[in-house]
Amino acid sequence: MAPLIELKNVTRRFGKGDQRITAVDNISLSIEKGDIVCLVGESGCGKSTTGSMVAGLLPTSEGQILYKGQDIAQMDRAQYREYRHGVQIVHQDPYASLNPTQTVEQMLTTPLQKHGNYGSRTAVRRRAIELLEIVGLTPAEEVMAKHPHQLSGGQRQRVSVARALTLNPAFIVADEAVSMVDVSLRVSILTMLSRLRTELDVTFLFITHDLALAKYFAWQEGRVVVMYLGRIVEEGPTPRVIQNPGHAYTQALLSAVPEADPNIARKKKPLELRSADIPSLLRLPSGCTFHPRCPYFVPGVCETAVPSLIPIAGGGAAACPVLNKEGVVA
Amino acid sequence: MAQNDYSNMIAADVDAPLRLEDISIYYKTAKGRVQAVRGVNLALKAGESLALIGESGSGKTTLGLGIVRLLVKTAVIQGSITYRRDQKEVEVLDLAPEALRQFRWQQCAMVFQSALNAFNPVLRVWEQIWDTAKAHGWRDKEAVRKQALDLLNFVQLDADRVINAYPHELSGGMRQRVLIAMSLLLNPQVLILDEPTTALDILTQRTIITLLRRLKEEKNFTMIFISHDLAIAAELADRIATMYGGRLVEVGPTDQLFYSPRHPYTLGLIRAVPTVTGGFEELSSIPGSPPDFINMPSGCKFHPRCAFATEKCSQEEPDLEPVSNGHYAACWHWREVKVEVDRWNEVRAAAAN
Repeated sequence: MAPLIELKNVTRRFGKGDQRITAVDNISLSIEKGDIVCLVGESGCGKSTTGSMVAGLLPTSEGQILYKGQDIAQMDRAQYREYRHGVQIVHQDPYASLNPTQTVEQMLTTPLQKHGNYGSRTAVRRRAIELLEIVGLTPAEEVMAKHPHQLSGGQRQRVSVARALTLNPAFIVADEAVSMVDVSLRVSILTMLSRLRTELDVTFLFITHDLALAKYFAWQEGRVVVMYLGRIVEEGPTPRVIQNPGHAYTQALLSAVPEADPNIARKKKPLELRSADIPSLLRLPSGCTFHPRCPYFVPGVCETAVPSLIPIAGGGAAACPVLNKEGVVA
Repeated sequence: MAQNDYSNMIAADVDAPLRLEDISIYYKTAKGRVQAVRGVNLALKAGESLALIGESGSGKTTLGLGIVRLLVKTAVIQGSITYRRDQKEVEVLDLAPEALRQFRWQQCAMVFQSALNAFNPVLRVWEQIWDTAKAHGWRDKEAVRKQALDLLNFVQLDADRVINAYPHELSGGMRQRVLIAMSLLLNPQVLILDEPTTALDILTQRTIITLLRRLKEEKNFTMIFISHDLAIAAELADRIATMYGGRLVEVGPTDQLFYSPRHPYTLGLIRAVPTVTGGFEELSSIPGSPPDFINMPSGCKFHPRCAFATEKCSQEEPDLEPVSNGHYAACWHWREVKVEVDRWNEVRAAAAN
């Protein structure tokens, strides 16, 4: 069977002339039903642009995105409709993504009425309440009458998820879905999302800059995909990527993450980079775009050609010809 | 209730560069008073780094703004803030406007959250620095410029380029470093940093953490970090103060708060945050939501979310009491928390073997 979502050599550019940037540069990615894929990277790496393209909110400049084996750009009306129902997105900022003038009930019943087959208003309302219970917002009857400003950040994000579920999606793009939620509540939102995966069969593309969250969310059966300046530099099963990174950039990120544990923080030795500054997307370095910062830089190798992803023992691949010789990380 | 041991001890700490006694701050709103900070007692030791940790609405930023008296007009601050340098003591809450302005940069500097908004977008970095210096009585342009270049170098920026740049030409991490350099310009004794690494990329966060560590080790600044992020506390702080619902609920040395927390809220926070290093660890979040300031729970403000809560917790609010050397917690049930933490530590130790 075809993968649920497949990206084939997808590129996305923005701007014109000398202001043109390539936000996503020739990436390929395949996500099977039931997968958990975490897309991680720093700001400007193209992770959110990728998420928007997968959700159909942005067209690609080059390359194809396939939903259940079909190119979304070539679909007929009915197929496209099925795709847009099947793929939903949960945005980062629950303070901006909910309409402040609507009640929770309106937000949930509008799509249910328009797209669902529920027959009566009572059935629609029943479904809305069910959805609120699924995302852990109880008592649901009370929540239904509220406006966004009456809810906390965590509760709002749960409403966003419930709204995404109104169309029974097969796939959810969660773009930094817990970054703006209070620390004490993040885990409960992640647990709720994991439950959607097992109980409702939803597949996730989880986009985050927080490696610790990616690790927690995708440790079991999940994959981490690391992006840097528009390209995928490494991917693989979460434990392998976290414990045995095969790309210098992944190593740099992991060794730099501030840790919420004093003993670990004291032992940490951040990889020394040759330059602290991230290059501008307008003037990308040649070859491996990490080479001006990379401590393992080999002249004549790294700056000459864009490295391709080389498979690694333990699963996945990394685009680093220096560290990753013959599939074994040096 | 009479003054307790903890507040007496703070009052007796006369050598502290900064001493907060019974600080309360409320905002006047259409719906009545909103009590954002209640009865905070805290004494900073010279050269120490203290992390003020709490979630949104805990009152931590209000408290930080209160120390430098930058609160909005609708806020009222009560209590006493004693500032001490070179044997001289001042009561910050009594300072007249001019004296207060001098106090702000020369004694106690604050680095704000969101580094972009802290700059005037139409002025070059040098003009902003010179404005600040001028306002504080400096007249020697060359001396200020030299000092500014030194500081920009210290924060590892390309000083000659950055000093002539506009804010929009700098990245988030560079702006944050310029702000830190500017806060040092007038040689203050105390630095308050509000969310210094929030919204920065990981590699940039690391640069800022390394820089702040150097400030601490090489220049011996007394620093307060205000953050929701436990990682910054673990990386930089000597001591941690946890705030919840406008109150300090636990204060103690960093390692003790992380490995032997005695307040259920601190324990809950620590269990809610994953680390990258090490294997997979089961996490749990704190049930419920942070408190609503208009509708504060009775008794201990944490009791509706607390697994240890009893009848007493909903009626009486506990004060900070000593739980071990230099470590204080405001919880009726801290001994039960200790039993739970000990059990948890054993499980973790067993898992590590």
